[in-house]
Amino acid sequence: MSATAQIHLTHLQRLEAEAIHIMREVVSEAQNPVMLYSVGKDSAVMLHLAMKAFYPSKPPFPLLHVDTGWKFKEMISFRDDLVAKLGLELLTHTNPEGLADGVGPFTHGSAVHTDIMKTQALKQALDKYEFDAAFGGARRDEEKSRAKERIFSFRSAQHQWDPKNQRPELWSIYNVQKHEGESIRVFPLSNWTELDIWQYIHLEQIPIVPLYFAAERPVVERDGTLIMVDDDRMPLKDGEQPMLKNVRFRTLGCYPLTGAVESTANTLQDIIQEMLLTRTSERQGRVIDHDQSASMEKKKQEGYF
Amino acid sequence: MHQSDLISSDIDAYLKAHENKSLLRFITCGSVDDGKSTLIGRLLYESKMIFEDQLTALEQDSKKVGTQGENIDFALLVDGLAAEREQGITIDVAYRFFATEHRKFIVADTPGHEQYTRNMATGASTADLAVLLIDARQGVLTQTKRHAFIASQLGVRHIVLAVNKMDLVDYSEKVFNEIVDDFKTFADQLDIPNLHAIPVSALAGDNVVDGSRYMPWYEGPSLLGYLEAVDVETEETSLPFRMPVQWVNRPDLDFRGYAGRIAGGIVRPGDDVRVLPSGKQSKIARIVTMDSDLDEAVSGQSVTLTLTDEIDISRGDVIATSETPPEISDQFDTTIIWLSEEPMLPGRSYRMKTSSRLVSATVNAPKHKTDVNTLQKLPAKTLQLNEIGNCTLAVDRPIAFDSYNENRQTGSFILIDRMSNNTVGMGMINFPLRRAANIHWQNLDINKAANAEQKGQSPAVLWFTGLSGSGKSTIANEVQRRLFASGRHSFILDGDNVRHGLNRDLGFTDADRVENIRRVAEVSKLMVDAGLITLVSFISPFRAERDLARNLMEEGEFIEIFVNTPLSVAETRDPKGLYKKARAGNLKNFTGIDSPYEAPENPEIEINTDDMSVEDAAERVINGLIERGIIEA
Ligand SMILES: Nc1nc2c(ncn2[C@@H]2O[C@H](COP(=O)(O)OP(=O)(O)OP(=O)(O)O)[C@@H](O)[C@H]2O)c(=O)[nH]1
Ligand SMILES: [Mg+2]
Repeated sequence: MSATAQIHLTHLQRLEAEAIHIMREVVSEAQNPVMLYSVGKDSAVMLHLAMKAFYPSKPPFPLLHVDTGWKFKEMISFRDDLVAKLGLELLTHTNPEGLADGVGPFTHGSAVHTDIMKTQALKQALDKYEFDAAFGGARRDEEKSRAKERIFSFRSAQHQWDPKNQRPELWSIYNVQKHEGESIRVFPLSNWTELDIWQYIHLEQIPIVPLYFAAERPVVERDGTLIMVDDDRMPLKDGEQPMLKNVRFRTLGCYPLTGAVESTANTLQDIIQEMLLTRTSERQGRVIDHDQSASMEKKKQEGYF
Repeated sequence: MHQSDLISSDIDAYLKAHENKSLLRFITCGSVDDGKSTLIGRLLYESKMIFEDQLTALEQDSKKVGTQGENIDFALLVDGLAAEREQGITIDVAYRFFATEHRKFIVADTPGHEQYTRNMATGASTADLAVLLIDARQGVLTQTKRHAFIASQLGVRHIVLAVNKMDLVDYSEKVFNEIVDDFKTFADQLDIPNLHAIPVSALAGDNVVDGSRYMPWYEGPSLLGYLEAVDVETEETSLPFRMPVQWVNRPDLDFRGYAGRIAGGIVRPGDDVRVLPSGKQSKIARIVTMDSDLDEAVSGQSVTLTLTDEIDISRGDVIATSETPPEISDQFDTTIIWLSEEPMLPGRSYRMKTSSRLVSATVNAPKHKTDVNTLQKLPAKTLQLNEIGNCTLAVDRPIAFDSYNENRQTGSFILIDRMSNNTVGMGMINFPLRRAANIHWQNLDINKAANAEQKGQSPAVLWFTGLSGSGKSTIANEVQRRLFASGRHSFILDGDNVRHGLNRDLGFTDADRVENIRRVAEVSKLMVDAGLITLVSFISPFRAERDLARNLMEEGEFIEIFVNTPLSVAETRDPKGLYKKARAGNLKNFTGIDSPYEAPENPEIEINTDDMSVEDAAERVINGLIERGIIEA
């Protein structure tokens, strides 16, 4: 992170070194790795670390974006610009059956939409390209079942996670052995916190989608959550009028399922300050997590990342 | 100034301070229900790491599945798996993160239940410090000792003994002192340089973050106070320089870099280095990173090095200071903790992974195992789940290493089962054994080729495998008769016969079966060297050992013949009456009945005796040998 190393590494330097070490292990031992790139801040950090890990080579794996068709427009344009600038290979996948059936959060509800357009779509893409190792940007501090997951998290040929029977993970020696058809999800950011991510973005000047910064955006309020009207597929209820509000997003996903927060934070310092002073967690903004308790563990067992 | 004030008034100053906080990685461990998860939950809660939405969820969960009635059950903050909440126990490690004004913490809450000891070891392997909990009502238990022993074996140098549930023993100083004395008697025999004891109540919060008004007799710091202040700095940078090569970076013909994470010491351009195990010498040319080249890099950093000379280096090699390079050996004295329900099989070939190298390893029978209760060394033939033993280990090629005492990263390894791919053992290298180095291979004038030529044949091993009574010996006998008749030199190694002599000391446990096959494989290799067509007729139920035999021979020399007779047919034949005995329970570990048979996946020749006569079967084997050019038609 700096040109001369001091004798004691800071915790961010340690986290950086750990993530790079993990990525290099995967590239050395997996047959066909891929990086799941979701365009959010964690993916931004993960991609930046990959650029560092293999420099001066390019990361020796493609990026995969599972596009549900309902991502914020700004995410897609940011993604395409960045990939072009870095000269990387990007694969995108949308569940073709879901697309044909017109599956979306407004018509089918968040649970069905997420299952078909995200979970099933991801499995399709991993099977299609026969990826045996997939990097994901999940962190253990995000959620209580994530806190239990290994850095190298093993999946059956059906993409299932067995939380009661995880391989022991000792020191930083990772067991990458698996049978035909089985795969491994790898989480290089496991030990990072939300603050670590933001501070690293700040220190390393990593570009992120502008939606993280406050700006005037058209929103409607539904069940206490501010939803941005990102395109005209959003059906407005009787008398519902999009209002312009100064908002930003703590986490990014499908726009109809992502709550905005009212904010004036438009620099990284502002964002970090707001995050440290707020008393709610970042996942609060994700509509899908409210569906049922213990929902993440269940989703993960079914193959959600 | 208070942290949150600094956050509001000067965020840049806060971030600068936060960036330079030191990091402490610790675990909670101890026996089941001692209150580990409750303690972590309490720590997170009191250090304000719990958000409002999480707190609301916690309050609801506590009412629904908690162990504390209407009150908050802090353990639910860490016991995140559905099964854990249902059973009220911890099954796997939870990693949680928090920070105070002075430090950043990564804590791993580990399970106390004996069944999940390997998950405790997972947490302990990366910890600087262990908080060992004891239920004040129970005192020191076997599991307390087991965890203390594992932590000390793994090199965790700081242990905080947290005597918990003091609220249930009237906050009694006497109870506390007795428990601490009791533990110290035990711990004196272990290598724990720093031990500190604190009386706490995880539930009520006494001495967790703040002091306790019920225990004025305790004058030391609270648990958090201790964790914030304790000095765990290990002088990794003062170790000799080591970097295991993970990945060779070759973007184009002009650049060849070696990527890895520094596992000890400091490195600077111009330093003299040695590459192991080849021993080649060179100098560091550059330390390359995406930001810019570095003037120096230290233990813990991930970097890419280039050298001044073009030398052949690949993944798994170690680049080290040429002054004090690591040792090289292919045999070691090690301490192994067994992590699998399947016991360790001495003689079986496992995959062994060190910092970044994958090799084959076989473990010898333990010299002893340790009784965690008494720390007595007991004789052992194998290691069962959670047992800790001292074993000699041999690898298939020399590797560079340090003793675990000196360097946790270059002295540790895991063992992986070839069939299941599971991590079945973890180990620490104590010291090298020089046996292999002192017994040199004797080159003989009359070698295998000469022996074979004299006999006018290509030597080979015909390995007959299959259930008892499948017809292996009958078919092998017929094949040998035909070979003999056509003037070939051959020999039969028969399971029953060899067990009368060479292998008379072996029984039928899995471990003995592995050793049985290992010896026969070695003998058949000698026979092949003598130029013989060697027929081996052994049940040889495990794929791993048949593969071991195959790997001893040269390409094409090993012909696996699967005598595939269904169990029902073999059992009706029952030529030696063994199936009957086994079914009656009078014969233990009988293959096919209460001991597994792992069928070959790609045998060279497969015979189903159900629909084939002995003559036809022998004919098929002979034809197979002709097809493979071992004998002529
Ligand atoms: N009275 C009292 N009860 C406690 C205290 N600490 C924990 N408990 C209770 O002891 C029980 C076990 O607590 P846990 O935190 O789940 O224990 P654990 O050590 O994490 O258990 P495992 O992880 O399953 O080994 C729960 O009912 C807790 O509420 C304490 O200080 N005082
Ligand atoms: Mg627990």
